[in-house]
Amino acid sequence: MKLPRFVIPTFIALAVLGGWEWFVRAGHVNDVLVPAPSHILQWFWWALFDQASFESGQYLAAIQKGELLPATWVTMRRLIIGFAIGAAIGIPLGALCARVRWVRDTFGVLALGLQTLPSVCWVPLALLWFGIREEAVLFVVVMGTLWAVVIAVQESVLNVQPLYLRAAQTMGSKGWHLWSRVIFPAALPGVLSGMKQGWAFAWRSLMAAEIFVVIVTGFGLGSLLNAGRELLRMDQVMGVMAVVMLVGLLADLVFFAPLERWLRRSRGLER
Amino acid sequence: MSLPIPKSNAQAALTLRNVTKRFNGSAGRVTALEDITLDVREGEFLVVVGPSGCGKSTLLSLLAGLEHTDEGAIKLGDEPVHSPGRDRLVMFQQDEPVHSPGRDRLVMFQQDALFPWLNALENVLFGLRLKPGLSDAERLESARYYLNLVGLGNKEKARPHELSGGMRQRVALARSLAPNPRVLLMDEPFSALDALTREQLYGDIQAIFTKRKKTIVLVTHNIREAVCLGDRVVLFSPNPGRVQQVFDVNLPRPRRMNDPALANLAAEVTTALSSHLTADKQ
Repeated sequence: MKLPRFVIPTFIALAVLGGWEWFVRAGHVNDVLVPAPSHILQWFWWALFDQASFESGQYLAAIQKGELLPATWVTMRRLIIGFAIGAAIGIPLGALCARVRWVRDTFGVLALGLQTLPSVCWVPLALLWFGIREEAVLFVVVMGTLWAVVIAVQESVLNVQPLYLRAAQTMGSKGWHLWSRVIFPAALPGVLSGMKQGWAFAWRSLMAAEIFVVIVTGFGLGSLLNAGRELLRMDQVMGVMAVVMLVGLLADLVFFAPLERWLRRSRGLER
Repeated sequence: MSLPIPKSNAQAALTLRNVTKRFNGSAGRVTALEDITLDVREGEFLVVVGPSGCGKSTLLSLLAGLEHTDEGAIKLGDEPVHSPGRDRLVMFQQDEPVHSPGRDRLVMFQQDALFPWLNALENVLFGLRLKPGLSDAERLESARYYLNLVGLGNKEKARPHELSGGMRQRVALARSLAPNPRVLLMDEPFSALDALTREQLYGDIQAIFTKRKKTIVLVTHNIREAVCLGDRVVLFSPNPGRVQQVFDVNLPRPRRMNDPALANLAAEVTTALSSHLTADKQ
């Protein structure tokens, strides 16, 4: 009999977690620095629900008053807004870079340089410009996203098959029509992978910003992580790290992966 | 060498006068086409044949207005050709009274130029949507008509990758025909296909040509194909591309590739080409 594919990985994961649990409980390590998995799970329970509301049976209120989901929401909102701004600016700028040579030779080169700059490096600048405010965090996320998107859009527009352009032009397509009906659809696979990269950069830069900037306007996952450090609560630190990881995986799973699959399937690029 | 310039020919759809085209190559300026003077008559199937490097694809790009001549002039009717634009379309409206302002020339390219993000019907509609003076219903009707004409009426929703090479070329043909251009330009559209599919398409193209009375310019390196399809076959010689010889093909249509008369004529063209190539080497 052939086992379903998930059986062995699940078994191994459980074994590893069990080993970890035993190792900590047996007192081989300091459980302040390495909390047991059960301990982290307990933190999840505590962070997820406001215990007083939970016990009185108001489950919705319990979630709303708990720490974890509101913090996740604050972080997601920043990420989505920052990413949207970055993409909204980056796509036309990338197209402009591809279209106009001198823009590519100036701004395009600058974008290439700034893309290599780790986005944490924007934090001091953002703080001086915007102060300890929401705008500072958004700025860092936008800077994290923007350059990757600009470069990706520029490259994928420049790599559009000349044949598509020639065919479209002989049929009378030009200007905005050519851009919207031919160049952009043809560049879409490249643009999408650029967006995905931009998203990854945005996510990293947001965590950096939230950890370094103690924001009064909203308590995000990064702040929660940093609070865990300050309180010496390793269960919280590891728990938040797991949540950050899950959010990243989830974004890929519910947003990018289906888009890519659709693109591959509709154009026959399915492997 | 300069030929006497023929009187303006009312029958000519495309006229080329002393057309020369050069490119910047790694070894300096390369003359792709030299002093080409040629008329394409209205309703004629003209095939330009020659070995690779004879500038026949360049010729097609020039006719399409995608590239510019260095010397000489190309005219579509009385209008000079210099860009793939809409501006010349209205002039030739009277040629096709059924379909109001039409495209003048469309190209079927060597590689597959169908848009992979559109299905077969949408691909055919692409050019039609850019053609002014039609309602959406008329465009749709026209697109369906041409898809049916190439025998793909049942493949409307298929994406290019779901079609065989031959089917894709048929869709490309329908797309080029649908806006009813005055001249259809074809750049080796069959070279990538297998022999059986190709033979089938020769039949289809001839049927459509006979039915629609379209002016067609086809370039190819396949001499048999040239003789099979063309009313006239223009043999180009390479380095630089020149008109070597023009053959009239007076065989009845539809022609079959294995017709002995056709094979004889093809042999004649081949002899002309190889005698030129050997003369060149000496």
